[in-house]
Amino acid sequence: MYEMLIVFPLVMGACALAVPSNRIRPWLLPAGGLGNLALVYWAVAHAGDGGASSGAEAWLWLDGLGKLVLGLLAVLFAICSLYAPGYLALRSDRPNRLFCANLFAMLAMMTLVVLAHHLGLMWVSMEATTLASAPLIYFNHNARSLEAVWKYLLIGSVGIALALFGSFFLAYASLKSGLEPTLFFDDLVREAPRLSQPWLRAAFVLLLIGYGTKMGLAPMHTWKPDAYGEAPGLVGALLAGGVTSCAFLAILRIYQICVAGSGAPLAREIMIFMGLFSMAVAAVFMARQRDFKRMLAYSSVEHMGILILGIGIGGLAAYGALLHLINNGLTKGVLFLSAGNIHRAFGAKLTDQVHGAIRRVPLSGGLFLAGFLAITGSPPFGPFVSEFTILNAALGGGRYLAGGLFLLLLAVVFIGMGATVLAVVQGNPPADDGDGRFHDGIATGLPIVLFMALVLMLGLYIPAPLEALLREAARSLEVRS
Amino acid sequence: MAQLLDPILIMALALNFVALGVSRIKGVVNAVALQGILLGFLPLLVHPEIHPRGILLVVVTIALKGYVIPWFLLHAMREANIQHEVNPVVGYMSSLFLGAVGTGLAIVYSSTLPLASEHAEMLFVPASLATVWTGFLMLTTRRKAIMQVLGYLILENGLFLFGVLLLEAMPFLVEAGVLLDLFTAVFVMGIIIHHISREFASISTEHLSELKE
Repeated sequence: MYEMLIVFPLVMGACALAVPSNRIRPWLLPAGGLGNLALVYWAVAHAGDGGASSGAEAWLWLDGLGKLVLGLLAVLFAICSLYAPGYLALRSDRPNRLFCANLFAMLAMMTLVVLAHHLGLMWVSMEATTLASAPLIYFNHNARSLEAVWKYLLIGSVGIALALFGSFFLAYASLKSGLEPTLFFDDLVREAPRLSQPWLRAAFVLLLIGYGTKMGLAPMHTWKPDAYGEAPGLVGALLAGGVTSCAFLAILRIYQICVAGSGAPLAREIMIFMGLFSMAVAAVFMARQRDFKRMLAYSSVEHMGILILGIGIGGLAAYGALLHLINNGLTKGVLFLSAGNIHRAFGAKLTDQVHGAIRRVPLSGGLFLAGFLAITGSPPFGPFVSEFTILNAALGGGRYLAGGLFLLLLAVVFIGMGATVLAVVQGNPPADDGDGRFHDGIATGLPIVLFMALVLMLGLYIPAPLEALLREAARSLEVRS
Repeated sequence: MAQLLDPILIMALALNFVALGVSRIKGVVNAVALQGILLGFLPLLVHPEIHPRGILLVVVTIALKGYVIPWFLLHAMREANIQHEVNPVVGYMSSLFLGAVGTGLAIVYSSTLPLASEHAEMLFVPASLATVWTGFLMLTTRRKAIMQVLGYLILENGLFLFGVLLLEAMPFLVEAGVLLDLFTAVFVMGIIIHHISREFASISTEHLSELKE
């Protein structure tokens, strides 16, 4: 039944290739996005109880973590796909055949990453998301997007090649211990205590670097500002909320194997360090950032750091990190889509030329400001709850240094990001050729409002089914001593 | 057939140095193609009782790495009208030196790794690490986009070397998927090279320097 989840977007992608009209084609996206959402809802509701083992040699399987990430991807893609027709209508000068088809291909491959319970298959699909998203970044076909896509492709492919090396090491860890060499996730978790520890440790480091490159952890984040800065906002939202979440899930899978083996004390220390380091690098580059789309990329680096930090601290913080995964994905939707609108309205993305967004495009400007408050952890939005949970767990667990640095870096980021965001939103818009080229409309405004409503809801209360999913997923990351 | 293993691995290592020391792009493409063909035969030597599906995979690997991808790259090269890597970030002598140091370190490091007893005598692990290192060097020290793609291919060859030891762990589906990804990656990179050469009338990645802090 899980195959349907992959086949459906691929079929929609093929339809997108077949439809001749540039005007009608984008409407396939909302149809596909909503169809996929329904399929995912059905799959999550009917998946067997995720705690049970999937039995031998299961290629595709939906476990607790998988349900969570798959749900996030489906909601993110569905709302982004509602935005797409309005956006592509504004860009009617550019052919969108490849754009629509690749969006669906990317969705299919992201879904496969989540479902794959074979580390080799997971690797193949992760590399495929890179390849499927490359043409999306190059949508504008200019020198800058060319540079961005080249760096994205090269750094991404090399990073992920290291992840393949790490996967091989993992298989070798089983071979060395005299077991049948395997890359089936469930076999590896079951045999984890018997795996050769030196190989397992080396594998963890390589996989963390490899998938960390796709996730955009510092110092492997260098492609991110370029790619997110040049890609259309819609693509930025899917990359920052979707692809990075898939890479995070891949790291969690390896982490689960380490935890099942030895409790992974070393792995956890490395993750805490990487998390704080990513936050620090992001904080430095966000200060005085003039390009507001690049600023969002650094914000993404920061939040990937928070996710890894939360997992490293463990316990309640792991629950917080999973909640933050959802919050970050949805808030990135608000930020990238509204930033895309502001970019359209001003024809620029540097704060020298863009100010007074709230006057020229009140809806997008207001949502951009609200998204900024949400992502930096201001109440009453979702990220506040998850960041507070992580902080609480850090201090409660006696990790005062990590907790203190976490709080300090959040404050620095708030100030740095705030300066750029306020410069964009406030003031008087520059005198222009009379009428602006872009106005807020329902097609490009409503999807952002939807994202914002979800982010607000998660700050006020977490629905019971989501709470159950979060607990189930967090249980699978628990360290048993 | 096992006595053929070491000569093949040593030749593959020697080709790393050819790739590092030659400025003619065609020469590097040929070296990488030959390396791909040599490595393609390895599964037959290591696992003599191979399945028909395994043989199919060997044929596809050799065809792809030895012929299709090199042909495609030479085509891209002719289209962009360049023959040489003129001005690498690190010169050829220094590249060779770094390559030699890396190969030495790979041999030392792999002797400290706890290898399974049946692999302890083999050159696979040091050859794999040294080839991955060579690929990294090419990727970081060459300015021409096409040379960077060749570096990526060498890196993949290094991974392939390690993968040969684990043939049982990698089911057919995954092997095929890895090859498909590799091919698509090179294909997409080739298209981008085409666009770079049109946009800048050169495929040197020096021009790709507008995006920075």
